[in-house]
Amino acid sequence: MTVADLEKIRKRTRTFAEVKAGQVHVVVGMNTCGIASGARETLQSFRDGMKRRGISGKVFQTGCIGMCFEEPLVDIIQPGRPRVTYRHVDADKVERILEEHIEAGGLVEEWALAQFPNGASPLEGVPLYGELPYNSKQQKIVLRKCGFIDPESIDQYIATDGYFALAKALSQMTPEQVIEEVLGSGLRGRGGAGFPTGLKWRATRQAPGSPKYIVCNADEGDPGAFMDRSVLEGDPHSVLEGMLIAGYAIGAQEAYIYVRAEYPVAVRRLQQAIAQAKEYGLIGERILGTDFSFDVKIKMGAGAFVCGEETALLASIEGKRGMPRPRPPFPAQSGLWGKPTNINNVETYSNVPAIVLNGASWYSSFGTENSKGTKVFCITGKVKNSGLIEVPMGIKLREVIFDIGGGILQDRAFKAVQTGGPSGGVLPESLLDLPVDYQELAKAGSIMGSGGVVVMDETTCMADVARYFLTFTQSESCGKCTPCREGLQRMYQILDRICKGKGTPSDVDDLEELARSIKDSSLCGLGQTAPNPVLTVLRYFREEVEAHISQRRCPAGVCPELIRYEIDPQKCKACGICRKKCPAEAIEGAPKAIHRIIQEKCVKCGTCYEVCPTKFSAVYKV
Amino acid sequence: MKLGNTLGKEQLRELDEAIQAYKDQPGPLIPILQKAQEIFGYLPLEAMKHIAKELRVPASRLFGVATFYAQFSFKPRGKHTILSCQGTACHVRGGAKILEEMKRELKVEAGDTTQDGRFTLEKVYCIGCCSLAPAIIVDETAYGKLTPERVKEVLGKY
Repeated sequence: MTVADLEKIRKRTRTFAEVKAGQVHVVVGMNTCGIASGARETLQSFRDGMKRRGISGKVFQTGCIGMCFEEPLVDIIQPGRPRVTYRHVDADKVERILEEHIEAGGLVEEWALAQFPNGASPLEGVPLYGELPYNSKQQKIVLRKCGFIDPESIDQYIATDGYFALAKALSQMTPEQVIEEVLGSGLRGRGGAGFPTGLKWRATRQAPGSPKYIVCNADEGDPGAFMDRSVLEGDPHSVLEGMLIAGYAIGAQEAYIYVRAEYPVAVRRLQQAIAQAKEYGLIGERILGTDFSFDVKIKMGAGAFVCGEETALLASIEGKRGMPRPRPPFPAQSGLWGKPTNINNVETYSNVPAIVLNGASWYSSFGTENSKGTKVFCITGKVKNSGLIEVPMGIKLREVIFDIGGGILQDRAFKAVQTGGPSGGVLPESLLDLPVDYQELAKAGSIMGSGGVVVMDETTCMADVARYFLTFTQSESCGKCTPCREGLQRMYQILDRICKGKGTPSDVDDLEELARSIKDSSLCGLGQTAPNPVLTVLRYFREEVEAHISQRRCPAGVCPELIRYEIDPQKCKACGICRKKCPAEAIEGAPKAIHRIIQEKCVKCGTCYEVCPTKFSAVYKV
Repeated sequence: MKLGNTLGKEQLRELDEAIQAYKDQPGPLIPILQKAQEIFGYLPLEAMKHIAKELRVPASRLFGVATFYAQFSFKPRGKHTILSCQGTACHVRGGAKILEEMKRELKVEAGDTTQDGRFTLEKVYCIGCCSLAPAIIVDETAYGKLTPERVKEVLGKY
């Protein structure tokens, strides 16, 4: 493969956006969220239906377009007509789309989400894709191809300028120039800590020792985060290209991708992408006719959150218990098997091809003074539009949650937003105008983190949230250093008794003191950041925690030990729904007999509260 | 206890193949353990001893690695594995209630296998289906937007 061959493939390949006359392309979103919502059945129904009706064309799959809340998503592309995106296309909606949209040339307006006019005159009553509130504030660099190419086709990646950044680096730039470009772009590590990527690359290049290694951290373990999974599922070649460029810049010939076993779809697409790149000679010996050779291997994680920490990850690749070690020496000096190693995460690598192609100043034109470029976030929790987004750094949290996210589910009141997963913090309403920026988030007690944004509403108990994160971190602590192993357990115990209404007045102070010592004295990032969620809860929601102690009350009505459910005999119409749905058979009553909850049997699951028809609203919490 | 007795001959051959394939590669322990768990469904004691012997590593080191990672199990597992997600998004959207309901329905604790050997119930942190919270994965199929009432219906499919 030479650059000229690459050019030939780019010229001859059509992405599914281009359709020949008389043909139709159906594109189904086939990432994990889509598949979980039934996309596989939808795809099959389109194949069967088109065959049966004699419609000529093809059904394609694509990666995550970000709107997980609208899955399964299907695009219909025909020549001379706008491309239309349909939402919630379950298999049983397929026939009507085939008949009314494709055969009759019309539109199923109530299911249409958006359109791309593609030169045709726009359809009435369907918003333009880029003008959807979910999309208009986004800026896509990492995700620019997700949802617009078939992730299982290397040709489609090449057709959209894929591997041309590698070609540019190899043919027109020295390794030092590549490093300068990345340094100049201001790109910082997207895994959470935010270390400047160019500095890491330079340190690894300059470190004595050989061979050198490239490692990609795809062990996305933060609960509430699926950015890396979506990139690997939607555009795996962009990660490989970024790693290849890093290898050239650093002088490494071997690379490992450490990926979670919990992501079967991502692993499969990655394996396929590596095989395709090898077949084309884009991974292998003498790449694109140069002296540069490179090999990429996949290592499967085995389920340990701490392996997201770089030194623990390296230990795991070496086949050991995934325990971190003190730094320095940093992996750049002594990494995999004691050799200089550059570790970045999936999102960081996948930014690199765009930076090399478009230049450092283009990239640094997005973002703020200290935080350049864009960041991919997963916006989840009690928010209407839950999904995957990419926004310029510096955007306000309010814009992310209310403009893009569409506000709070059931229009309840906003209470808090959690960023940075178990290493980050919860931020209250007063900080909603905070810009998304490494420094600003750190000042508020949270971190940028890998990109999980979990929105919480008035029905979320913050003491319970603090306990939740400690349940996680104390069970994921590797046990090597005492502050993290013992300290987090003590913090968990204190929070557990607070949530159960058995807290003592000194508990809050004890928690703060423990939190500070654990932060100061833990060996690795896990322990140093694990107290953050608790510290921010105490900083912004102290009264709520104290109410659990001094009044034995859970103001949000969540902690089971502090609430009970009752049925208002005045309002109960004896419809029997709650009695039938109660999993614990804790409701007595009969047709025409007012119902009553037997408190001794009640497991406080809240089912009765949820199923009681709103016109009665007879079940209440005290 | 002789090896071939408890571990099937065919399974043992597969394990030996895996050992041969990985043993000269750097960092072979985890891939071999993953393969062994795939073959047997869990890590039987005999298989652990066999791997240690073949690789000439102390069994203690092999156990040290295997016990560190959540993926490995020393107990036989059920026909179907349920991963009940307790990630942050699932937590704030009622994931704990789903887990409680499954525990009640299956009469097991998280981490255990039902008496009839049909299900192993596991508690995990984040399966990356946050937009569908609360979610579970049964074998490789994800189910989202669950309610305690829907649990029975989902389990009924297996």
